[in-house]
Order: sequence, then structure tokens, then C-alpha cells
Amino acid sequence: MKAARKVFGVPLPACWLAPRTALPAAVLVVLGLVPVYAAATGDPFALTLFGRIEILAMAAVSLNLIMGYGGMASFGHAVYLGIGGYAVGILWKEGVASGFVQWPVAVAVSALFALVVGALSLRTRGVYFIMITLAFAQMVYYVAQGLDRYGGDDGMTIGSRSSFAGLIDLNNATQLYYLCFALLLASLFLVSRLVNSRFGLVIQGTRSNERRMRAIGVSPFRYKLVCFVIAGALCGLAGALLADHTNFISPAMMYWTRSGDLMVMVILGGLGSLFGPVLGTVTYLLLEEALSRVTEYPGLFIGPALLLVAIFMHGGIEGLFGGRRRD
Amino acid sequence: MLYFIEQCLNGVQLGMLLFLLAAGLTLIFGIMDLVNLAHGSLYMLGAYFAATFAAFTGSFVLGALLALVATAICGMVLEVIAIRPLYGRPHLDHVLGTFGLLLFFNELVRLVWGPAGMTLSLPSAMLTAVQIIPGLYYPLYRLVIILVALAVAALLYVVVMRTRLGMLIRAGASNREMVGALGVNIKLLYTLVFGLGATLAGFAGLMQAPILTVQIGMGENILILAFVVIIIGGIGSIRGAFVAAVIVGLIDTLGRAFLPDVLHSMLSVEAALTLAPAISSMSIYMLMAAVLVVRPEGLFPAASR
Repeated sequence: MKAARKVFGVPLPACWLAPRTALPAAVLVVLGLVPVYAAATGDPFALTLFGRIEILAMAAVSLNLIMGYGGMASFGHAVYLGIGGYAVGILWKEGVASGFVQWPVAVAVSALFALVVGALSLRTRGVYFIMITLAFAQMVYYVAQGLDRYGGDDGMTIGSRSSFAGLIDLNNATQLYYLCFALLLASLFLVSRLVNSRFGLVIQGTRSNERRMRAIGVSPFRYKLVCFVIAGALCGLAGALLADHTNFISPAMMYWTRSGDLMVMVILGGLGSLFGPVLGTVTYLLLEEALSRVTEYPGLFIGPALLLVAIFMHGGIEGLFGGRRRD
Repeated sequence: MLYFIEQCLNGVQLGMLLFLLAAGLTLIFGIMDLVNLAHGSLYMLGAYFAATFAAFTGSFVLGALLALVATAICGMVLEVIAIRPLYGRPHLDHVLGTFGLLLFFNELVRLVWGPAGMTLSLPSAMLTAVQIIPGLYYPLYRLVIILVALAVAALLYVVVMRTRLGMLIRAGASNREMVGALGVNIKLLYTLVFGLGATLAGFAGLMQAPILTVQIGMGENILILAFVVIIIGGIGSIRGAFVAAVIVGLIDTLGRAFLPDVLHSMLSVEAALTLAPAISSMSIYMLMAAVLVVRPEGLFPAASR
């Protein structure tokens, strides 16, 4: 037992100011203060950039729930961004502008799709699971390409953001930003409650040893399926938000390289740590943004950086601060 | 009927290209247990090298040969520098690392060759069509692709089944640790296998180059098809990759050619035109999902590990 650190003789809680807790706290504070910075400098681009980061972080958090905690490496997770986005876009095109309809539909369709995909693909494991989830995502990608009424291959601009009957105005950049922020916090809260519940313990136990979980009388399949559906629904919500944020949907939202991006964000941040995906997303997207300002060829630096992370940093960014590696 | 035969030949030709790509991928996967998302980049490099060298030497064949050598060297250097540290690591680290390589190669190609893309023109002797059966003329070059790829497949079969190197490769696929324990230089073997895979991928790229344009990202679509092939065929099985590649090539091509008409006979023109491309693109993924549900290890599971 280490002695608690003391400040002026007052012992601090053991975890206080350890880098593992201080860094996520600092990141959240910074994210919370972005609108202040944007208002002070009159730079609306910061709001757009960080709003996008928060939405994709939400998607990464949902992927981490199945991939990090559940050991289900889905290589088609961007499909839920697409489904959520298309739910908003298609409903808008058909004259339904209310967010109270659009968003629940986005979540429900994503959950339903995850249920079908999960029921079929959770029979396989390892690389086969990676590939079959990819296959389902590619199918939806091609369906979206064929939807000529909704832009086909080129995508479609959405004319108006979801309306919430005066409750919140998404056309106000600051309100939209804080909605993204709040939903990110809510997803983190949801995942932290989930993984520390009995349900989450079964999921994590199944990841480390499915046979033992069966031996102690748990049927892992149902738990994994429910977990898969929750992650899909959460990512579908992020997709709806993304459509409202960019006012644009296109099949490219769910191309396999987008799923690869999401995987990279989660692994970069640290698999199976609550805050890792947020760190990974912030790092990945800010690095991309910063590099594209100084060089015309950001990939020349990001690519090798990812390789170095894969080779040297076991456990991603979170692993640097003593996070446990979960394979 | 003639149209059907022609489309079948097109399907076989696509299948042959997929086989060249998938054979390397399945070897690398089966032996080194490495998920290599950068395999499509080697396919792209092969095409770019061929276009450059062919323009430089003025000869298609010479350019192609130089491109093969260049891709093989690139592959082996890549293996030594970047891939070797990834062996034995979790698959997700492979995904992260090789996804990084994919981004890197896309940018590198944009830096070196520019964003515009290139064309590789065929020698005039290849531009003719030959009469295969009465009334059916087929482009000579596509026929050459089929024959050359078949020859490569046969050569690969001989190398893997009849030579000492092939024996080591097969042994490596069934039990890596044991091969190493028996005193085989496993590092060298891995480098050679990766180089072989890179050469096959580059070969597929340069063969396809005259038919499609040479462009950035050309490897990404076909990489996923190649993954579908090796999953259907069974990871580590070259025979499985061959069978699956032909099946996937045929389904993809025939679907595109005939599905619109088939659907048209059942649905309105508008619905058929909308549905047909989506369904034909989806068909091979549906096939893969079906195969995995029935046989989770693929059609030809490699020797059980």
C-alpha cells in the first residue's frame, strides 16, 4: 500500500492527480471550454472540428464497448454511423423534420441491424468475425450507393437540421456543440455503468475465457448479442448526430476505411479502457488536422506513427499511464 | 449464349486476378498469422511501377518484369522494416499497423506520381480480339491474363507441393514453432513468403492496369474482395483461394451482366435499375456470410491448427 500523497499535510485520495485520471479530466475540461474559446476568438471552425471529434469519439466509445470489453472486433462499425445518418437524411427528404422521430428511428434501425448482424456473425470468432462484420457493412454501403433518390453514390445534402420543438436549436452552433458534448458524456457514463455491472462482468469474463463462463453456468451468446446491439444503437445515435452536424450523408460514411478509422481510434487510445477511445479520437483527428495544415501529405506521417504505436505502445495511449492491456 | 460465354470468361479473368492477390494474402495469413491490410498497396505499387517502367523502357514486357522485381524488393524491405515486429502480436495491432502502412503508401504514391493517376497502354499486338469459338471474339489481352495467371497458379502449385521451399511453407502453415525448433531460418522464410506475396500482388496490379486506370486507392476495393476470397476458401489454403476466387469472379461478373435483365422480368424497369447494381455488389458478401454460417472455417479449412 503506497502512502497517499499529501498537500500541506492533507492526504489526497489515492487516484487524485495520477496521470490516468488527470488527463481524461483535462481533456473533458478543454472540450467543455471550446465554445468559450470560439466565442472569444471568433473562430467558428473550432466548434465544427471539436464537435466532429466528439461525435466520432462517441462512435469509438461504442466500438470499444464490444471490441475492448467484449473482445468482439467489429470491422464494420462505421455502418451504424451510416444507418443513423441515412435515417435522418431519408426522413428529412420524406418530410419528417422532427428530431423526436428521426433520432429514435436512427437508434432503432441501428439496433435492429446490429441484432441481425450479431445473431449471424457471433457464431464465428477471431478473424472470421472481423471479416463477416466487414461483409455486412459493405452490403449496406452498396445499398446506399444504389439509393438514387437519396443521392446514390454522391450523397445528399440535408436541407435542415432535426428540429426539437424549441427544446434545443441545432442551428445554433454552440447549442449543437454542447449537445454533442453532453451525449459523449452520457455515452461514457452508460458504458462505465454497463461494464461495472453484472452484465459487464459477464461480457468481460467471456472475453478472457468463454469456456469458463459456460462452465459456471452463463450462456455468453445472449450477453454478447445484447452488448453488440447496445453498441450498434449507440453508434447509430452518433450517426444521426453526425448527419445533423455536417448536413450531409453519403455512402462514404460507411466505407470500410471509415470502419478502419474507428478501429484505429480505439486501439490508439487503448482497448478496453473507459476513456481510451476519447483520447484516441482526439489524438488521431487533431494530428490529422494539424498535419494537414503544415503539409500536403499528412498520411506520410500519420501512417508510420500508427505503425510505431502498433509496434511499441502496448495498450495505446491509455497504456502509457499504466492502463491494463486487454487483448 | 455467346454473350453468356463471354461474360463467363470475364468472370474467370477477374477470378484469376483475385487469385493472384488472394494467394499471397492467404500464405501470409496462414503462415505468419498476419492480417495485412497493406496488401492492396503492393497491388497498387505493382501497377504504378509497371506504368512508369513501361513508359521509361518503351516496352510493356520489360516494364512489367522490372515492376515485378521492384515490387518484390519493396515487399521484402517492408517486411524487414515494418512487418517483422508485428509477428506474434494481437490481430488488432496488425490492423492498426498495416492500416497505417496503407495510409502511408497512398500518400507516398500521391507524392511521387501525383494525384492524377496513370494509364498503361498495351503493345499493339495485344489489342486484337481472337475468335475462340465461331462467332465469339474475345480480347486477346484478357485471354492472356487468364492463361498467364493459370500458369502462375500451376507454378505456385509446383513450388508449394514439390520443392523444399514449398515443404517449409506448408510446414510453417501447420506448425510454426516446430519448424523454427527444427533449425529452419524462420525469419528468412517469412521474408521470402512476404516477398512472394508482394510479387503476386504486384503482378495482379500490373496485369489489371491496362484494363482499368492506375490510381490511388485502387487496392482498397480489391483488397476486400481478396479477403472475402480467402475467408470463403479457408485461411491458409491456396487450393481454397483458387476455387473461391473463380467463384467470386464469376458471381460478381455474371451478377452485373445478367441481374438487371432477370430483375426486369419480375419488376418495373425503375426498380430493376435501382436494385440490380446493389444486389450484384452485395452478392459476394451474401455468399461469404452464407459460407461462414454453414462452414465457419471456409470451404477448404487448412490443416487444423
